[in-house]
Amino acid sequence: MCLAIPALVTAVLPDAQAKISLDGVVKTISVALVADVVPGDYVIVHVGHALSKIDPEEAERTLALIAEIGTGHSNAEVAA
Amino acid sequence: MKYVDEYRDGARAAEIAEAIAREVRPDRSYAFMEFCGGHTHAISRYGIEDLLPANVRMIHGPGCPVCVLPVGRIDDAIRLARRPEVTLVTYGDLMRVPSSKGGSLLKAKAAGADIRMVYSSLDAVKIAEKEPDREVVFFAIGFETTTPPTAVALKIAMEKGLENFSIFCNHVLTPVAMRTILDTPAAPGEPPIAIEGFVGPAHVSTIIGMEPYREFAEQYRKPVVIAGFEPLDVMQAILMLIRQVNEQRAEVENQYIRAVTRAGNVTAQTLCEDVFELRDEFEWRGLGVVPKSALKLRDAFAFYDAEKRFAVETVAAADNPACECGPILRGQKKPADCRLFGTACTPETPMGACMVSSEGACAAHWTYGRFREHQKGAEKAPLRRAS
Ligand code: SF4
Ligand code: SF4
Repeated sequence: MCLAIPALVTAVLPDAQAKISLDGVVKTISVALVADVVPGDYVIVHVGHALSKIDPEEAERTLALIAEIGTGHSNAEVAA
Repeated sequence: MKYVDEYRDGARAAEIAEAIAREVRPDRSYAFMEFCGGHTHAISRYGIEDLLPANVRMIHGPGCPVCVLPVGRIDDAIRLARRPEVTLVTYGDLMRVPSSKGGSLLKAKAAGADIRMVYSSLDAVKIAEKEPDREVVFFAIGFETTTPPTAVALKIAMEKGLENFSIFCNHVLTPVAMRTILDTPAAPGEPPIAIEGFVGPAHVSTIIGMEPYREFAEQYRKPVVIAGFEPLDVMQAILMLIRQVNEQRAEVENQYIRAVTRAGNVTAQTLCEDVFELRDEFEWRGLGVVPKSALKLRDAFAFYDAEKRFAVETVAAADNPACECGPILRGQKKPADCRLFGTACTPETPMGACMVSSEGACAAHWTYGRFREHQKGAEKAPLRRAS
């Protein structure tokens, strides 16, 4: 019951709420659990609450590491 | 979709599969448990098992709250919902879970009980606010992911001074369940539990962070790799586990660095600490009674505790004796080993909880895995071609 996916924050509302867009579907969610959300952030939404923000740099890093696996050259370790 | 599609790239998946094939030792086998239902779903939906060498086996763990909720608590919820003054509010996933007498919340609703499905815990608060004459009981379940939203709902209900809102709390704890699986000896006649590492939960870990898994690495010598829910995430995590096993390491690693930090969500942790405390024991479907494995409201919030307000007394009820949910949740059997699978038990007529939630091992196998032996790869969502 927890297949939460990343959603784009489109507006921050009063009372720790925010508007998100999930592939075009707009919803109002609570951001009480995540500090400093701004429009343009991607958040993981579960049962109407943002649980965490997606870190764009770490997202890039993961993709780069996956690409490296493909080349077979690296044994780089992900995250400590 | 951003942060989704790029982790579903078929060509990349094939490359990771090649790396896995290169790195597995042919002379040994590997068995890893994916704890989370979300991973089970991804593995079935994208046919990840078909991309793995024969000596790498994935075991589907108990990581869906619907799957592990015992029948007795569903019975409690139905009894609550039948009270004329009560409106029972719950997540849709719970509606079809079978009760001990062949009922379900859906059937109780059809018979006239006031049961309403919501998407968010905050919708439950809204119902209480709009309908002050009803006793609104929020049937709260879930792992550490769903627990903080329940705490937020409670705090908002308090701020609004709502007196007709209460919580039937069934929140459970992931690390305790993992420990129980490792500690449970096999029953006579059952195959032993052989797990060499865990694919750690995705969204549970956004909340609890990495630290709670340390005991599995240090005391149990089982590697844990926290992984996202997309197919490339799962593939990469499996490769990281294989490397750990090959190098005889047992560490907690984080593949899902884009959403999970080492410390987790401290705001959520603090809030939950304030609202909840450990229960002495709680019954889990498939794992039995497990000490200190679930949460209840602290005494300071007794007013909002549906169990106290309505004197709920859970009566333990046995599962259908033919249902193999227990051994399946412990990783000892596969859905196809259950003789009810696909005959008496289907997603339309679930006999056990593993068939109810779409993330349950039986439901995932029913939807995506059934024809694997006959039509390899058919019926599955294709991984995208290279982007
Ligand atoms: S995150 Fe929690 S609720 Fe979601 S699938 Fe995993 S264990 Fe189940
Ligand atoms: S197939 Fe149905 S009865 Fe058998 S283990 Fe799965 S859920 Fe239980």
